[in-house]
Amino acid sequence: MFPFSFEWVWDMAHLIFMGGLWYALSILGAGMTYCIIKTIIDTNKGKGCHH
Amino acid sequence: MKKEVKNEKAKKYGMVIDLDKCTGCGACMVACMSENNVPFKEDESNKLDSIAWMRVYKLTNGKPFPEADICYLPRPCMHCEGHNGHAPCVSVCPATATDYNHETGIVSQIYTRCFGCRYCMVACPYHARYFNWWDPVWPEGMEKYLNPDVSPRMRGVVEKCSFCFHRYQTAMNKAYVEGRRKLEEDEYQTSCAQACPADAITFGDLNDPAHAVHQIAKPDLKHGGRSSNPNAFRLLERLGTNPKVYYLSSREWVRRAGDNYLKKDKTVKKLH
Amino acid sequence: MDSALMSRGVKRCPTWQFILWLCLFGGVLLWGVYAILLIWLKGLNQTNMNDNYGFALWIWADLGVIALGGGAFFTGFLKYVVGKDDLKNIINYAVIIGFICYSSALLILAIDVGQPLRSWFIFWHANVHSMLTEVAFCLSCYFAVLTIEFIPLILENRQIDKVPFFHNLSHNMHKVMAVFAATGAFLSFFHQGSLGGTPSVLFGRPFSYREGLLIWPWTFFLFTWSAAAYGPCFTLFVTRITEKVTKKKLVKQNTIDLLAKISGWMIATYIIAKIIDTWYWATVTAPSKGFAFMDFYSNNPLYGIWILVLEIVVCGIVPAIILLTPKGRNNSVALFIAVTLGCIGVLLNRWVMVLQVVAMPVMTFDKWVMYIPSWQEVATTILPVAYGIIVLMITYRYLPIFPQEQELNPNP
Repeated sequence: MFPFSFEWVWDMAHLIFMGGLWYALSILGAGMTYCIIKTIIDTNKGKGCHH
Repeated sequence: MKKEVKNEKAKKYGMVIDLDKCTGCGACMVACMSENNVPFKEDESNKLDSIAWMRVYKLTNGKPFPEADICYLPRPCMHCEGHNGHAPCVSVCPATATDYNHETGIVSQIYTRCFGCRYCMVACPYHARYFNWWDPVWPEGMEKYLNPDVSPRMRGVVEKCSFCFHRYQTAMNKAYVEGRRKLEEDEYQTSCAQACPADAITFGDLNDPAHAVHQIAKPDLKHGGRSSNPNAFRLLERLGTNPKVYYLSSREWVRRAGDNYLKKDKTVKKLH
Repeated sequence: MDSALMSRGVKRCPTWQFILWLCLFGGVLLWGVYAILLIWLKGLNQTNMNDNYGFALWIWADLGVIALGGGAFFTGFLKYVVGKDDLKNIINYAVIIGFICYSSALLILAIDVGQPLRSWFIFWHANVHSMLTEVAFCLSCYFAVLTIEFIPLILENRQIDKVPFFHNLSHNMHKVMAVFAATGAFLSFFHQGSLGGTPSVLFGRPFSYREGLLIWPWTFFLFTWSAAAYGPCFTLFVTRITEKVTKKKLVKQNTIDLLAKISGWMIATYIIAKIIDTWYWATVTAPSKGFAFMDFYSNNPLYGIWILVLEIVVCGIVPAIILLTPKGRNNSVALFIAVTLGCIGVLLNRWVMVLQVVAMPVMTFDKWVMYIPSWQEVATTILPVAYGIIVLMITYRYLPIFPQEQELNPNP
């Protein structure tokens, strides 16, 4: 999973497979980070307090 | 030391089993079990969940007397090479717990790495892989007789014949100490080959023309290791598993039982 | 008693009735939990699996729920990527059903391995050439996507929504949902496909082995395709049952009709591809390994040619025809039969690709081996059903799952 696990080899198979994995994980991570930061900003601005 | 010892050509350990000689006595199975600390149960009648790295099958030609004939077929792990080490089980293991060793041609099993998904068992058409459904329980006092060179396996992992790889390691250690990297044929032999009273099992390096296995099996390396010996065959050769265990029989029905054929097919020697 | 937790303007059954049903399914769930504990403590000897059946009921259940849960990714793909906006009326339910299916699959996998505490090895020591590795990675990632898709729905609960932070979070997550849905579709494509590749890369098993494109056997594509085709059938099936149980119309017919029609087209094209695949395998692949087609379907007490006919004709062509005709889609009985047959069809396909593969002898002196699961295996396989029903009961009661519910069921 990581280059420091001892089976790791920098071959095409690892690059494609792990590249795809980390690409997908990055999108999910970035998406959630955006949502949470935006929510903190919105909440501090007093949005959503009409309830 | 490094200067003195040259790297040897890759070895390809394999086996030839002469089915005309095999009497089905089961000495190979017993030798294997005790050599490799293979666990057993009190009741071994259910062969579907008991472990036998080496299992002797009984084959019949299905004909009535007087043509009735039987044959015993010992089946260790075939240590398939597939295409360039792409053995059926090795490529599927998700945790890299089984590996094809290109230096020896031996398919290993790392017990402490295996997490018991059993995909390799499904992949193996020879049923050479076994799962530890239970933790091993040795009869009282027997743990003292276990082979110290072989680690016993725990519940929940897969195990299989290793071609007594620990013997290879011991022999290589000795050779290294003596400044050699090449093993003599008799320095590394499996326990089943040594135990067979009929001398039906021959073991050695298929790549070494001096070894008996090479001379008997006559592997044609340009054609996936297929034997040039007209009496030799490998199990399920047509699947492309490229096994390293060769069988010998002078009987056509036995050779035909080694693979699947359509009714119209002849027992093929040269497929490609 | 708990009405403050429910959405405004909707009617739910009395609390005692809800709790009674919860206890009933909870009992079934506990039975499964007991079996899980037995298996974890005593090992896989609690099952009837053996060295021939390394894969058995659980792997089938896994493949089955993942195929049925395919409705989530495909509906999400259609709504957010293709732009079929009508599907917004059913997407919430599809997501919840998907979440249930995938969490069940992960739970079953956790019981199925011999050394559950080493499960992380599949990630740490990943063999990138193994189909199972790809399954494990994509499955876990996609489960994360489903959780992300599920969260805003939970946040819409009347009481939770009152908290400004949660209200805003739900709103913001909805805004970027298309990105998550697209990532989910990407991950689903690969893990559904890898599940198809799992039996078909086994070149030692002529029943399941298939040729393919580059490293992917044809079943890689067939499994993804069938999950996209039959997954929506399961979404429609569960929706219909929910409507029956709640005695309410929850989704407008045009939405049902749209999803059914798309499912129909997918099934029809899938079945054509499946027939071509079967034909090629039967006439080219298998004979090249020394097997005649009928070798796979004879000399055993269960697996006859009927199973192929049932899968392709009864559970493939028939539902495709019903779902492709407007009359069939508008007739609620015909529609229900079609989606039920669809679900059976995909489950049957997964069954043969797991169980028949290992039941069949490959060495000429081997025999067919049949298998009956132990009660522990059955209990742990029924567990997800009870768990799923409980999740559906709770989410239906407390979350605004069906946007059209109030409109379709105005309070008197």
